[in-house]
Amino acid sequence: MDFWTNLADQFNQAFIVGDRWILYIQGLGTTLLVTVLALFLGVILGVLVAVIRAAHDQQKLGRVNPWLSLLNGLCRVYVTVIRGTPMMVQLLIMYLVIFSSSRNQIGVAMLAFGINSGAYASEIIRGGIMAMDPGQMEAGRSLGFSYSSTMRLIIIPQVLKMILPSLGNELITLLKETSIVTVIGLRDITKVALLIQGKTYQAFMPLIAIALVYLALVMLLTWAFSGLERRLRANER
Amino acid sequence: MKNLKKVIIAVLALAMLLSLAACGTKAPAASAEASATPSAAAATLKVVEDGKLHMATNAAFPPYEMVTDDGGYEGIDVEIATKIAEKLGLELVVDDMDFSAVITAVQTGKSDIAMAGMTVTEDRKKNIDFSDTYATGKQVIIVKEDSDIQSADDLADKMIGTQEATTGYIYCSASVEDGGYGEDHVTAYTNGAMAVQALVAGKVDCVIIDSQPAAEYIKANAGLKILETPFVTEDYAIGISKDNTALTEAVNKALQELIADGTVQSIVDKYIKAD
Repeated sequence: MDFWTNLADQFNQAFIVGDRWILYIQGLGTTLLVTVLALFLGVILGVLVAVIRAAHDQQKLGRVNPWLSLLNGLCRVYVTVIRGTPMMVQLLIMYLVIFSSSRNQIGVAMLAFGINSGAYASEIIRGGIMAMDPGQMEAGRSLGFSYSSTMRLIIIPQVLKMILPSLGNELITLLKETSIVTVIGLRDITKVALLIQGKTYQAFMPLIAIALVYLALVMLLTWAFSGLERRLRANER
Repeated sequence: MKNLKKVIIAVLALAMLLSLAACGTKAPAASAEASATPSAAAATLKVVEDGKLHMATNAAFPPYEMVTDDGGYEGIDVEIATKIAEKLGLELVVDDMDFSAVITAVQTGKSDIAMAGMTVTEDRKKNIDFSDTYATGKQVIIVKEDSDIQSADDLADKMIGTQEATTGYIYCSASVEDGGYGEDHVTAYTNGAMAVQALVAGKVDCVIIDSQPAAEYIKANAGLKILETPFVTEDYAIGISKDNTALTEAVNKALQELIADGTVQSIVDKYIKAD
């Protein structure tokens, strides 16, 4: 069999026979769904943890709020545990131990990835808040804004702009890391490639195909993020 | 416009890379055919590493292949492969990996033979050569003791746990018209033990897997049973790259001798007590 017919035959086996291409599309949907849900959860958790930790660290000497210290301690445990254990182990614990009787694999995966991503996002956001000029907070407070409105209306918007590249990094990592949901049997796009490989005993086409899909997604994200950055720079000119 | 150019360049670069990679897989094929003919006569086989026979397997499939307590490998497949290697004058090396990677390891020339309780199917024959059959396997249904599932007929709207890339998965995930239950009724885990864990936890209603590992799994987990009627009966064979027909012939010859003198049967009997 010459090279091109061979390639066409492999393509046929990997995508056309039994309408297998539909499985890839469904798998892609699962991948995106888990990523987007985890992203939301991650950003919410990240902002919450970052604000608590920054508020604690920026207190005036001698005026330590005990409640804030408690919350800060909890946040530090969360970040330490999540960053200190492998994602796959967290996912397996979530699936087999914590939600041991749940059949909602997408829910479990979303929670596991969201909680994981939140820990990393919180450190990025905290870095942004700590790097903000203290004059911004002082100005806000002296104009009569409360602490939380200064945070919400003045600090966080500026921080978001600053940390956008790092957040983009985190999102890209998250998207690709969802491929380990294969261990809990969730049929994401990587799982589909592995299953079709098991059916046909050929690896080339399915693996290259999903590699291209991931690459295209990441290129799209990169493009979207650089567009967003350009828009946010508009006030600097 | 500039961005568009960049995208086009990236796509072109990728296409070139891919075609290069494709050439890479083609080249050794030609050289293998060339060297196979004279070497077969000289009784020296083309193997990945001189003097060694590399066997790709997934050592989480008792009693066919499993890891011993000291980190070595044992099981029916491992012992049969050891005997075959002896007949060929080679030393057996076990390469342990995920089941879905076993075949690729053989196709890409990282291992010589794939032996992992593999079933022959038409789809697979297109991409790999199989040796003669050396054992017969049954796919059975494991359920919880108090389950209402009596036979394969009761599975229509249940969730079935399987091991990814196994025939159990392939049969179950086929559409209803093709005699399966549809993709949405099947969850494929990376290995059998994980599928059984999911059954114990109630994430799936049954597990369909080869009968021998199934027997080991229910021994290890209380409250599970195997249904009497097997799901399907099938033949196990050794997978060998399509580019190495000399090796397939040599393995088949060794296998026939081992079957004829009763070695294979005695190995099977050693691991599977008659019930």
